[in-house]
Amino acid sequence: MGPITILMIGLVYLALLFGIATWAERRKLQGKSVINNGTVYALSLGVYCTAWTYYGSVGRAASSGIDFLSIYLGPTMMAAFFWPVLRKIIRISKVLQLTSLADFVSTRYGKNFSLAVMVTVFAAVGLIPYIALQIKSITHSVSALAQQQSGAGQQTVAIAVMAVVLMVFTMFYGARSVDTAEKHEGLVAVIAFESVVKLVAFLAVGIYVTYGLYNGFGDLFSKARQNPNIANLLLLKPGKGYFDWMAMLALSMFAILLLPRQFQVGVVENVHEKHVYKAIWMLPLYFLLINLFVLPIAVGGMLSFGSSIEADSFVLALPLADGKLGLSVLTWLGGFAAATGMIVVETIALSIMISNNLIMPILLRLGRFQKPGQNQLQAIILWIRRGSIAVVLALALLYSFTTGESLSLVSIGLISFCAVAQFAPAVLGGIFWKGGNKNGAVAGLAAGFALWIYTLALPHLWPQSSFVLAGLGGQAWLKPQALFYLEGFDPAAHALFWSLLVNVGLYVSVSMFSKANNQDRYHAEWFVDVFKHGANGNNSLVWRGVASLADLTALLGNFIGTERSQNLMAAYANRHAIPLNHTQKADPRLVAFTERILGSTIGTASARIIVSTVAKEEELQNDALINILRENQQTIEVNKELRRQGQELQKTTRLLEVANTQLKQLDAQKDEFLYTVTHELRTPLTSIRALSEIVQDNPDLPHQQRQQYLEAIGNESERLSELITKVLLLERYETGRHRVNLAPVMLAQLIRHVVERMQPVATAKNITITCAIADWQALVQAEQQLITQVLYNLLGNAVKFAKSNILVALHADYQEWQVSITDDGKGIDPALHQFIFDKFFQAHNQTLTKPEGTGLGLAISKKIVALHGGSIYVSSKPQAGATFVFTLPI
Amino acid sequence: MANSKILVVDDDPYILMSLEFLMKKNGFDVAVARNGAEAMELLQSMQPEAVLLDIMMPDVDGYQICAHIKSTARLSACKVVFISAKTSEADVQRGYDSGASLYITKPFSTRHLVKQIKELMVPAAP
Repeated sequence: MGPITILMIGLVYLALLFGIATWAERRKLQGKSVINNGTVYALSLGVYCTAWTYYGSVGRAASSGIDFLSIYLGPTMMAAFFWPVLRKIIRISKVLQLTSLADFVSTRYGKNFSLAVMVTVFAAVGLIPYIALQIKSITHSVSALAQQQSGAGQQTVAIAVMAVVLMVFTMFYGARSVDTAEKHEGLVAVIAFESVVKLVAFLAVGIYVTYGLYNGFGDLFSKARQNPNIANLLLLKPGKGYFDWMAMLALSMFAILLLPRQFQVGVVENVHEKHVYKAIWMLPLYFLLINLFVLPIAVGGMLSFGSSIEADSFVLALPLADGKLGLSVLTWLGGFAAATGMIVVETIALSIMISNNLIMPILLRLGRFQKPGQNQLQAIILWIRRGSIAVVLALALLYSFTTGESLSLVSIGLISFCAVAQFAPAVLGGIFWKGGNKNGAVAGLAAGFALWIYTLALPHLWPQSSFVLAGLGGQAWLKPQALFYLEGFDPAAHALFWSLLVNVGLYVSVSMFSKANNQDRYHAEWFVDVFKHGANGNNSLVWRGVASLADLTALLGNFIGTERSQNLMAAYANRHAIPLNHTQKADPRLVAFTERILGSTIGTASARIIVSTVAKEEELQNDALINILRENQQTIEVNKELRRQGQELQKTTRLLEVANTQLKQLDAQKDEFLYTVTHELRTPLTSIRALSEIVQDNPDLPHQQRQQYLEAIGNESERLSELITKVLLLERYETGRHRVNLAPVMLAQLIRHVVERMQPVATAKNITITCAIADWQALVQAEQQLITQVLYNLLGNAVKFAKSNILVALHADYQEWQVSITDDGKGIDPALHQFIFDKFFQAHNQTLTKPEGTGLGLAISKKIVALHGGSIYVSSKPQAGATFVFTLPI
Repeated sequence: MANSKILVVDDDPYILMSLEFLMKKNGFDVAVARNGAEAMELLQSMQPEAVLLDIMMPDVDGYQICAHIKSTARLSACKVVFISAKTSEADVQRGYDSGASLYITKPFSTRHLVKQIKELMVPAAP
């Protein structure tokens, strides 16, 4: 395939990207944002997988087995911490409208300008080679695809044209608006799309190699095992590489968060925090899929080519060698997607940092841009950013053409990772440790970078120079790749160890032993406690600036347009109920707001410079700041205390409610009891009065009738007094006024005694009472009189309802005596079992004909048994008799 | 002309006995029912001029019987007299609201009761 054909394919693909980006931006205008979606967010994070993944993983697998995996296991592990870590960074960046890693770090440490510059420079130095690496991979893949069909000249032209188109794309979609806090809709959609392309292409090659060239995994690996060189790769070597693995894991854990391109798609372009949730599982799944066929392709490549070609190009070489042109093009496109995605995002992220933190501050200091009414400023800012993009890409191109051909994809990638890892202490420390300050961050970063340069970058550039081989000045302990005689590690692992050790050490110790300025301390509090401020923590930021509203509006207008500036100001003032008075000094919150909007346009460091030209900052006095912090702290304490008291109050209220309900129930029960008692008293009283009046008024009553009436009067009087006695008894038991007088009682004997006493009544009704009680004493602690009462009640009931037989029995269970009294009467409906021990149940539910007795016997029995720690229950079926059982503890 | 017919309903045998005696003594033609269900059954066939009605009874209570009488055209001339141990003002009010002509609380004075019943029955007499 000729280079021109490849160029055409590449251009068609790039045109497709333009199409997708345009489509996505149009959707955004229609209010149907493509990137407001967890899946798209997770896929855009897949920009982590570059040409290094696409070609280099196979290369690394072919040289050192499964080591390649560590670069994906680290991010997989970090994904587990996305919720506390990534979400926190997102929250902070959203509220403060931070748009780059440099902004993030400099703002955290008191909007420190030098930190912004350091981060920018270090990121650029660390990452431009990495971008170059991607360009190189495109060059390699083009020449591999073109094979030896044409000269190098045409290839160079093809690559140059593609590079220019890519640059135009990046400039066009990466610098759309001056407000970098606005999302790059088209860009993110394209990145997500490219993640799909590279995954599909890589899976296609993998499946082709595994199932097309060989008969599945089994066949492939059994062939591999017969080749000692390859078989060796598939083994984990004992004792070796443990530290290297740990270092790789750490490196890649930091990289997934702190690579500028990851910060761009993961933080700046994040639409909603909830999307992080999806990324937590989807991103590791993506890594799993894209790594699935790395080993098969590596093994397949080694089996086919041995060491005749570079392992980095196995992916493309395998389908090419087999003459599968279509698949080869798809494969090439996958690698192209991996490379372009990375190039575009990394370039944009770097260019934002460079333009905002290096170029703008210098320009703004010229004074010319500080006067109001400079509407061309917006265009200037955009062109500065586009210029930065061009510069970054140009540097990367230059680097890729000047460095040697022998550099493997992996090593440059790791060097960049190691550079990025230097940001970890300042960033992670910054969001979790209030004690970290600017001095610590500067010291740590500077030292870490110096060591990175010495131990990794320089030896990489000049591997054969004398200081690398023999140490600086011939001192062996200064050998860059064996510092202090630390030998036997992978160079990246070695560099990471020393640089991070010193970086963290200085960050912590300098922070602890130096004094932070007020802005720094304030932001430390604010960053670490960001979730305490709610989703919109705007108001808590300190800026005691004094400026006129007209000045502020005009200043902002320079950068974002006068109309938009006025609208934003009015909207903000409206939201926070700030009066807009153009003649007076503006509210300090408006000054802070202006600075934040500017920050999202030109970076925080530049915004601070610009705003300070119109606003006279009231330098925060030490005391004032401390007071603010202390007030915050006190407010938190007071709130905590209030909340605690509130909870206590709620608890008490609940308890009171319960008690009240209980009291009401008791009250209602009492009322009902009284009502029932009076009714029960009135009934016999009615008979007594009526009958005695009849007898009195009718002296001529026949003798027999008179006798009958008098007898009835007697019966009813007795019933009345029994009722009164029982009501009083029950009242004594229920109120607890009756103290149970426990004494040893011989239960068996007592039962026999009561049965004997009831015998005459039973005999009169032709009822036989059988006592099934073994010959034991059954000693219980009880009040004899009360238990006797229970026995009389139950036996009395039994005699009332039995047809001909009653059985009284005594059993011993584990911990209790059971007395049961069974009759052969008509039984009790099971539905009523739970009610028959209620007071006056009989009166309320007179399914029985005329109630005999008071309706209190069972209620009293239940109370007495309960007073003894026993229980009482009934088992019965209608028409099958009833058994009443009560128990007493042994 | 036959004596006025009165139905006495109460689940307490002694009270029932007393009321039966008192009514007979004063010249009424008395029928008795020992509970609500029995009363309902009797009302199917007879047309009493008055019913002396206890309220708290098993199964069918006095209110139900009263409602039955008031909703039956055949029994439109039948007067209802509650004789109840429910004595609160609300109980009495409910009794009259359900259409009773008299509400007598237990325990009652036999003499007063007889007088009241007689007065109630006078207009019906020729």
